[in-house]
Amino acid sequence: MTSKLQTLPGVIIAGFILLFVSGAFSALLLHSPDFNFSALWVDPYYRHVTVFSFYQSFLSTLLSVGLAIPVAHALSRRSFFGKELLLKLFAATLVLPVLVGVFGLLSIYGNSGLISQLLAFIDYKLPFSIYGLNGILLAHVFFNLPFAARLLLQPLQSLPVENHKLSVHLGISHWNKFKLVEWPCLRQQLPHVCGLVFMLCFTSFATVMALGGGPKSTTIELAIYQAIKFDFDLQSGALLALWQMILCGTLAVIIQRLSRPVALTSGATLSAPVPFCDSKPARYWDTLWISAVAVLVIPPLLMVFINGLNVQFLTVVTDTVFWSALKNSLLVALSAALIALIAGVLILITSRSWRLIGLQFRADKLELLGAIILVTPGLVISTGIFLLLRNVTDVFSLALLIVIAVNALMALPYVLKTLAQPMLHTAQQYDKLCTSLGMSGFSRFYLIEWRAIRLPIVHAFSISFVLSMGDLSAIALFGSQDSTTLPLYLFQLLGSYQMESAAVVSLFLLMLSVALFALIEKIMVKNHVVK
Amino acid sequence: MKKILPFLAFSALASMPVSADKLVVYTYDSFASEWGPGPKIKKAFEEECACELQFVALDDGVSILNRLRLEGKNSKADVLLGLDNNLMAEAAETGLLTEHKVDAANIRLPGGWSDNIFVPYDFGYFAFVYNKEALLNPPKSLKELVEKRDDIKVIYQDPRTSTPGQGLMLWMKWIYADKADQAWKQLAEKTVTVTKGWSEAYNMFLKGEADMVLSYTTSPAYHIIAEQNSQYVSADFSEGHYTQIEVAAKVKNSANEKLADQFMDFIISDQFQSAMPTGNWMYPVTDVPLPKVFKQLTVPSKSFSFTAEQVETNRKSWIREWQSALIY
Amino acid sequence: MIKFCSVKYLYQKEQFNFDIEIDTGSIVAVLGASGAGKSTLLNLAAGFIDPLSGDIQIAGESILNVQPYHRPLAMLFQENNLFAHLNVADNIGLGLHPGLKLTLEQKAKVEEICQQVGVEKLQTRLPHQLSGGQRQRVALARCFVQNKPLLLLDEPFSALDPILREEMLAMVKKLAARHKVTVLMVTHHISDALNAASHYLFVDQGQVSSAGEISRLNCENPNPSLRRFVQAGL
Repeated sequence: MTSKLQTLPGVIIAGFILLFVSGAFSALLLHSPDFNFSALWVDPYYRHVTVFSFYQSFLSTLLSVGLAIPVAHALSRRSFFGKELLLKLFAATLVLPVLVGVFGLLSIYGNSGLISQLLAFIDYKLPFSIYGLNGILLAHVFFNLPFAARLLLQPLQSLPVENHKLSVHLGISHWNKFKLVEWPCLRQQLPHVCGLVFMLCFTSFATVMALGGGPKSTTIELAIYQAIKFDFDLQSGALLALWQMILCGTLAVIIQRLSRPVALTSGATLSAPVPFCDSKPARYWDTLWISAVAVLVIPPLLMVFINGLNVQFLTVVTDTVFWSALKNSLLVALSAALIALIAGVLILITSRSWRLIGLQFRADKLELLGAIILVTPGLVISTGIFLLLRNVTDVFSLALLIVIAVNALMALPYVLKTLAQPMLHTAQQYDKLCTSLGMSGFSRFYLIEWRAIRLPIVHAFSISFVLSMGDLSAIALFGSQDSTTLPLYLFQLLGSYQMESAAVVSLFLLMLSVALFALIEKIMVKNHVVK
Repeated sequence: MKKILPFLAFSALASMPVSADKLVVYTYDSFASEWGPGPKIKKAFEEECACELQFVALDDGVSILNRLRLEGKNSKADVLLGLDNNLMAEAAETGLLTEHKVDAANIRLPGGWSDNIFVPYDFGYFAFVYNKEALLNPPKSLKELVEKRDDIKVIYQDPRTSTPGQGLMLWMKWIYADKADQAWKQLAEKTVTVTKGWSEAYNMFLKGEADMVLSYTTSPAYHIIAEQNSQYVSADFSEGHYTQIEVAAKVKNSANEKLADQFMDFIISDQFQSAMPTGNWMYPVTDVPLPKVFKQLTVPSKSFSFTAEQVETNRKSWIREWQSALIY
Repeated sequence: MIKFCSVKYLYQKEQFNFDIEIDTGSIVAVLGASGAGKSTLLNLAAGFIDPLSGDIQIAGESILNVQPYHRPLAMLFQENNLFAHLNVADNIGLGLHPGLKLTLEQKAKVEEICQQVGVEKLQTRLPHQLSGGQRQRVALARCFVQNKPLLLLDEPFSALDPILREEMLAMVKKLAARHKVTVLMVTHHISDALNAASHYLFVDQGQVSSAGEISRLNCENPNPSLRRFVQAGL
């Protein structure tokens, strides 16, 4: 049943990806001719950068996951007004353009933020600075605590209801229930959650760039950027990029070993309330954690809305720079999402037809190749591509094309993850029928896949769109006056402390990504239901 | 696949260089901004050349050089405006710049001028600026600031991106030599932040984020002339001040060599030079008359600078010294 | 022993109404179609849900304001009776101390009950290392160490094969007699009721429509829906 025609496109796409990545990789190798990895340890600055990367990721993970445990626990047993919205918001923090989140945090905790303004009333000064390690940790907790809480909520919610009834029935106290029932079930999930969060913090670029950046709080990711952009030190840039690639690869392998990944459902899940013996202290405890996380997540996003409508609004929206950034961002997001979706679907068509004839291993490898970007941060790839093309052409005039390609590559793992199961499923269900009816190619995709699994397809597209829309790491090296995207523009405004203009751009970026995301899904879901 | 092709084609089009009669000048943002000298100069030059002058605003002086090196031979720049005497050797070394045809006879710089690649357009002395109503007892020397004054918070610029930042690095090196490492650590304790460019640092200082900011002895003139405000002054340091001469140069692969030459000549014209004191707030390099206010400004009793070659040889290791001092 | 006095309960527009009295020492089979309210009856007794009105009494005293774990009853569900991360001995031990701080005496008791249900060699195993029948034995053991006068069984054996089911019921019967425990067991197998129970309750549309001695559970019962239920089950 497997025809060459069916599997070839996916293989070609995978070939392109391999070519692209290995091109970048070999450019990195060529630029670090003496493989002087010892420099990474001998030079105190590089050593500091490596140590700091691990240190901040470790602390961020500890805080995010550690605090996510009581939050997930409280959420698992309470139902309250707005819980659904809160969980949706939790899901949003991961796709939220990083700089928008950073802006929101700055407008609360920054030197001229809300807290500092309130303190000024009573003649106090802000006792901490958001720039440096403090800010990096705060932002990482802001982005990852909700994500971790959602991941941890799932096993808690999958505990059988009888377990809760039994606990009530046997009179197991809160602490004992946590120790004997809930913790063992969380513990299975923890290595995976910690691994994921660690990886996200380790490769975090925009956050560190906006809030850190001084020599004291620089990560490897940022050091690559600075070596190239500030020092024009291509060798160091390449060396650091290789180093980052090795570390990420190792981390990814360790995470893979530690645990089996658990698929995260896309929407917010609400389960029926579970029975448990409530008490006043327990109620206070849960209320404390739920309000704490609400206070962490909601105000920064609210501030983006409130601050966005300020006196600079007209100035910004009448500025041509803004419109060209907006145009570029839409172009990048749309193209990258389309490419990622098409590439993802083609790869999955190939891998599933292999799976159906028992070539599991081959199929796994193909899908793994599509997710290769997970071990090679976007900045590393774009650094490689940058070095590769620099001598051939004017890279800055190709900026957008490269950014589209890198962003598509970055979105691909999400597409694969979202669509792998549904695609395989439809094939298992309908492949024989389709063959007997002689359906193939695009018309088959349209009539079968598009009709049957439109929701995950649209979901994959929207995620890719929003991620590409908010990404800074691919454009950072290539950005110039001609090719600014909204995140880069926002970064420049933040960098020059033009907070009011930054607020307007943040608002646009937030509206565009989150609102568009919601809109696409809504329209598609509606159409889907009508049909 | 069909759907994305137009997008790709469109994006390629959108980023195509325009090669009409347009002169592209890379400079730093405070020069190009609406409150800097940029707009005035653009207008004046465009009237003279019947062309379009486009300023590409980068973070600060060193970024201009970094950007040129990154773009290499494919750079769209015709002229770089905003490097300084310290960066000249390193910039010339790239081989991406070419000799100018400007007659340097009119240039009146302390110490004269003879360089066939770079043309100076203004000069000044680095200094820490403060609000004399807020800071009643300013430090009298760099050493006092660095070693003794724990009550003072400062902002300065990153030497990897900014010429003032690099200037401070050289100034520190001049004063402290081998002990700069220790001095940087002491200064780090008083540092609010290190910004990428001069304008961010100065804006933060004006918003009250620090007591002193690294700028120029001539910066107070801005407040006196534009704001009739004389509370901002520069601190006079007894060791002397580091001199900066800001320079421009032609890019070798310029598509508009003629226009570039015309612009280089324009730089030492009276029109350009008279825009410097009250636009870029620096001293002009020719004999154009200075505003009266400039007489009120502190002129350092002593001034100095390394040679461009000295800077070129040591810049990387000095930057690393600064970086390393700051991480612990 | 246990008495439901005009107990009303509402769940998503479905009304439940229970008036029941059960004698000490009896084994009562609770029969009825799916959704008729059998489990609701047990959940009310156990205290997982609270009635809108009416009273539930055990040994003459209202238990409505008694915390679920203080109620004089033990309960067994259809599945997931054991905590997946705890071994057999710990799962049983929870019936003696909810924090697992067991005295020597209590440990001996665990040992003893393990022998009675025949899992003494499996004490260190985790639930997923046991067969379905073994798991329910362990759960049953826990119910008996709790030493409560009333045992609620919510179809705990329905997933087992017929022979195993019969064995388990025999064990329940034996242990109930030894420990002097009253049993309320939900089942949809008529044969289970006939094998093990002394009485039956037939729940239909949210209330008990027929009750009596097990000998009356036959095709001649005057209640037409019960008759149909019995005929279909035999």
